[in-house]
Amino acid sequence: MNDFEPTIIAFVCNWCTYTAADLAGTSRLSYPPNVRLVRVMCTGMVDPQYVLKALLEGADGVLVSGCHPGDCHYINGNFKARRRIKLLKALLPQFGFAPQRLRLTWIGASDGIEFARVMQELVEQVRELGPSEAKMKMVI
Amino acid sequence: MAKAAMIPIENGNLLAGLRQFLRQVLARPEIAAVLVPCQLPMKAMVMPTLVSDPERLSAANPLAPAFPLNAARMVSRLTRKEAGGTIVAVLRACEIRAFIELVKLRQARWEELIIVGIDCLGAYTNKDFFRIGDEDVEAFTGRFVQSALDGRDGEVDGVVLAPACQVCTDPIPNGADLVIGLLGADTGRALPVAAATEKGASLLEQLDLPGGKMPEAREAAMTDWVNRRRSKREAMGEATRSLTDSLEKLTAYLATCINCYNCRVACPVCYCRECVFVTDVFDHEPCQYLGWAGRKGAVKMPTDTVFYHLTRLAHMGTACVGCGQCANACPNDIPLAELFITASAPLQEAFDYHPGRSLDEKPPLAEFREEEFEEVVGIK
Repeated sequence: MNDFEPTIIAFVCNWCTYTAADLAGTSRLSYPPNVRLVRVMCTGMVDPQYVLKALLEGADGVLVSGCHPGDCHYINGNFKARRRIKLLKALLPQFGFAPQRLRLTWIGASDGIEFARVMQELVEQVRELGPSEAKMKMVI
Repeated sequence: MAKAAMIPIENGNLLAGLRQFLRQVLARPEIAAVLVPCQLPMKAMVMPTLVSDPERLSAANPLAPAFPLNAARMVSRLTRKEAGGTIVAVLRACEIRAFIELVKLRQARWEELIIVGIDCLGAYTNKDFFRIGDEDVEAFTGRFVQSALDGRDGEVDGVVLAPACQVCTDPIPNGADLVIGLLGADTGRALPVAAATEKGASLLEQLDLPGGKMPEAREAAMTDWVNRRRSKREAMGEATRSLTDSLEKLTAYLATCINCYNCRVACPVCYCRECVFVTDVFDHEPCQYLGWAGRKGAVKMPTDTVFYHLTRLAHMGTACVGCGQCANACPNDIPLAELFITASAPLQEAFDYHPGRSLDEKPPLAEFREEEFEEVVGIK
């Protein structure tokens, strides 16, 4: 298990979390390369389907991260995202996905340090969970 | 309930009584047509039929255990724009719930429509209904109704209700403008009909029917009915969960799916005008398939099967009315009704949402509050 390197797909919003990731980079903070960022304009556009696709394709964890409540550049996209995550968290555990494989966080544009910390912690958590079932089995 | 009346029944012939009632409705100048399940002249089958000629109501059969499709979709077609006349639609309870969901999604309108609901006795799967073959549909319906009202749950000659109907805990047509009661009624003499809305009451007042009320035995009969179904539903849920509680098991459950998408077409609340699964998004490049096969060693085709069903659950699960048409439409007999009814329940519970209960309740993913569901945020 020690050599297991989890893959985490992170849907990050252009205005807050992606900017925080950028800040982490320009500040020369390091975070694990296990996280693959997918920049979206707003977490409000992350259809549950995207999360399902990532998980079924073998991602060991999925993160959706956007602006803090009240900071959304489209006013309320992050509130919509929260409902969709709530939905997925009610759906996925029924089919054996550990709920910890799906996370939602708010990371503001100036939170470069916070971004690096969350990524580190998230990767460790998913590493503990082990590889996802979808990765090991032929899922059709 | 604003007003109630009695539909006279002669010689225990419920269908004749209901047809006469519908003829009276259609005779009103403000009513342009009645949408009601009718026996087809050329085959032992019952289909939703839009009737404007009172004579043709002699084929009406809203009690037959035939449920070829969820008619909410048909009502949506009839009401999405002004039709130029009021339509009276006779619908099952789950059809009414689906219709209410479609109204919320602005895919149907209630303005020129009056819904008549009859206590639903359930229906057979299509395949089972076809087994009655050349037997007279009307006579068969009589035996079916008798079986349902006698507490045999609609079983006739060993044929039982469709799985979704067996576990339906909402057979009462709540939400209809007019409710025709079968439960607890003295069906040999008359059927009670009660108005649940202003629109229903004003139509009922125009009809020449003796006054009456819902029988007192109705409440108890309803409770008894629902309790029986509830334990069956719980057992079904438990069995289905144990068959699908891991990705591997879910894959096995759906293994015979050929991505025909019939379940999505049959689903009354799968609301997208064009499903993403038939768009270019899933028109993968040939090299993509080779890539998948190369990475995993083998890839079943067509691909994206589990993905499709999970996406559908995520999209319409909160609106699932439990009609079971997904299973009816499956060419390979995948028990989809069991899966969708079971897996949707926690989704509806998460938002305390009851599909089809009220027009005032917005679909959960169409609204939000600023302070809610804090527990899903963060990595703790």
